[in-house]
Amino acid sequence: MNGIWQKFRQFMPKGLKDFPNYGEGPERYNLLRKNFVMIVCATAIIPLLLMAAINYYQYQSALKEEIVKPLRRLVTSSKHTLELFLSERESTLRLLIRERSFEELSNQARLNFIFQSLKAEFPEFVDLGLIDSSGLQRSYSGPYELKGKNYQDQDWFQEVQLRGVYVSDVFLGYRKFPHFVIAIKRDTVEGDFYVLRATIDTEKFNQLISSITLRPGSDIFLIDREGILQTPSRHHGSVLEKVSFPIPPMSQEAVIGRTKDQHGEHLFGYAYLRGANFILVLIKEPGEVMAGWFTLKIELLLVFVVSVAVILIVSLRTAGLLVDRIREADQKRESMYAEMEHTGKLASLGRLAAGVAHEINNPLAIINEKAGLIKDLVEFSKQYQDREKLTLQVDSILRSVNRCREITHRLLGFAKRMDVKVETIHLNELLQEVLGFLEKEAFHRNITVNFNLAPDLAPIAHDRGQLQQVFLNIINNAFEAVEDGGNITIATGKNETEPGSVEVAISDDGRGIHPDDQKHIFDPFYSRGKEQGTGLGLSISYGIVAKCGGDIRVESKVGKGSTFTVVLPQKCTMA
Amino acid sequence: MAEYRVLLVDDEEEFVSALSERLMLRGIEVDSALNGEEALGRMDEKEFEVVILDVMMPGLSGLEVLRQIKSTHPNTQVILLTGHGATREGIEGMRLGAFDYLIKPVDIEEMLEKMKEAAKTAHMD
Repeated sequence: MNGIWQKFRQFMPKGLKDFPNYGEGPERYNLLRKNFVMIVCATAIIPLLLMAAINYYQYQSALKEEIVKPLRRLVTSSKHTLELFLSERESTLRLLIRERSFEELSNQARLNFIFQSLKAEFPEFVDLGLIDSSGLQRSYSGPYELKGKNYQDQDWFQEVQLRGVYVSDVFLGYRKFPHFVIAIKRDTVEGDFYVLRATIDTEKFNQLISSITLRPGSDIFLIDREGILQTPSRHHGSVLEKVSFPIPPMSQEAVIGRTKDQHGEHLFGYAYLRGANFILVLIKEPGEVMAGWFTLKIELLLVFVVSVAVILIVSLRTAGLLVDRIREADQKRESMYAEMEHTGKLASLGRLAAGVAHEINNPLAIINEKAGLIKDLVEFSKQYQDREKLTLQVDSILRSVNRCREITHRLLGFAKRMDVKVETIHLNELLQEVLGFLEKEAFHRNITVNFNLAPDLAPIAHDRGQLQQVFLNIINNAFEAVEDGGNITIATGKNETEPGSVEVAISDDGRGIHPDDQKHIFDPFYSRGKEQGTGLGLSISYGIVAKCGGDIRVESKVGKGSTFTVVLPQKCTMA
Repeated sequence: MAEYRVLLVDDEEEFVSALSERLMLRGIEVDSALNGEEALGRMDEKEFEVVILDVMMPGLSGLEVLRQIKSTHPNTQVILLTGHGATREGIEGMRLGAFDYLIKPVDIEEMLEKMKEAAKTAHMD
């Protein structure tokens, strides 16, 4: 099997062998398209070509048979008619010579009488005469003065002695009409012989032949073995002229073939007549014969060309579509790789940042406490002289520590966003946990937090830490927005527009957000002017939710309060 | 306001020493431990109203220590110190019954405030 494949591969175009190695760059799509079209065309057009060829030859042979058969029949039946004509005349003469005695036939008056009655029956008889074994014309009835003529040395007389019958070629005789001669020999009991000779007008022959109805382009006639026309022809000369084509080989059966001359191709049929030197020839003009075949050829070609065109168009279009799809898929894959690479980079960067932040936090805490201790020591020992100055320095250290703390917190927040772990989350529980974080503040500031949670809320698949961060950010913002003693409501429920997704609405009756600010609240580093906060909280939250295929909407009226609605799909689409 | 005793648990010795000195300057009775086991040992010797507990420690983790404190000394209030701004550990700690949490580096005034509240709660229980 493998060997066959290897063999097969040798005959494949180079482009096909290297099918999987298209390399990079845009040319590979052109190569792919080319190969696809080639394969489709090869698999579709080769069988089509084979079919067309087989059809062509089948039709050709069928058509030939259709043309050849009637011609053969025509030639055969014409041959039989002519042979019958000849043998009828021959039998008549044979009957005469057998029924009448030599004496009766050599009697001129009797012969005249016999000739008259013969002519009454067969008008084509021109004359009748009796010749004895010495070749002397003993009696003669007809238009010539042939009585007493000696045929001793003539070829025909020799032949009739040998074969008993002789049929001559056509010749111009009396009144310049073409004639031919039939001679019959009779042997006597005494061992002698005599010959009855008759001349026959070929007019009857011509009638017989012209009665064979033919189309104008065709021709049928008799020739002798030298190619001399014995009957008139339409296109090949008149009687006793020589035909231009070579004499066909001897065959008593009808033979149909093709010849070529200056007029082009002809169908050529012939047969030798029995008992005479005549050859029946039939010639058909090529146009007439081939017209049907030519139409068929044109039709076949047309069907073939149209099929090939259709195959080409279809394969080109399909190849185009296919290659475009492949190109799109490649592009998508490449951009996905790029994104993955980017994400991977960010993730490792995030881990690095987390590590650094964590490591820095501990020494930072020590600096903080040591500086704090210095400050304490200075403050608690009241007699220290440069107290003011030292306190200023320590405060500066502590502020710097705070700045560092902000930075590490931001880094850690960033790192956590990178480290996504999707798990099943019951949103109601998560919200209560997050609020646990802020309960103390709520207690101190006398803020009322109302829960309006849907009890049958379906669990969702998300990253717990990220969601905690999102809701902590938003609830924290709500805490910041309300006065002491304000109200915050947290409501959960199904999202009506997207099946399977849930939404959390966090409403407050705080100071609200100005419409101009609303546009920017999700922009990074956009802070609502509070001294605290990096301006990243909502931006990060929005990033997290959007990445999962969710959304955060905000409705707010200045002085009345704000509602943040977080829509989350059933499953985070990113992870 | 009643006196209260504080146990400070953190693996950073420098941090513990500085912070405990600062607290003592403010008249608070402070003991310190450098890991979870030591902290639990101290608590068996003495009664503490407030424990300041670092979440990230080698050996026994902060959350584990918190769990044990809550089972053996339910009255003692634990304030967590989280090294990160780690919401996860913070929330988990709150769920386990911590009184509150503080993010390192800590503001001393904020810490005092929280300790005071925690001690109040401890005395109430």
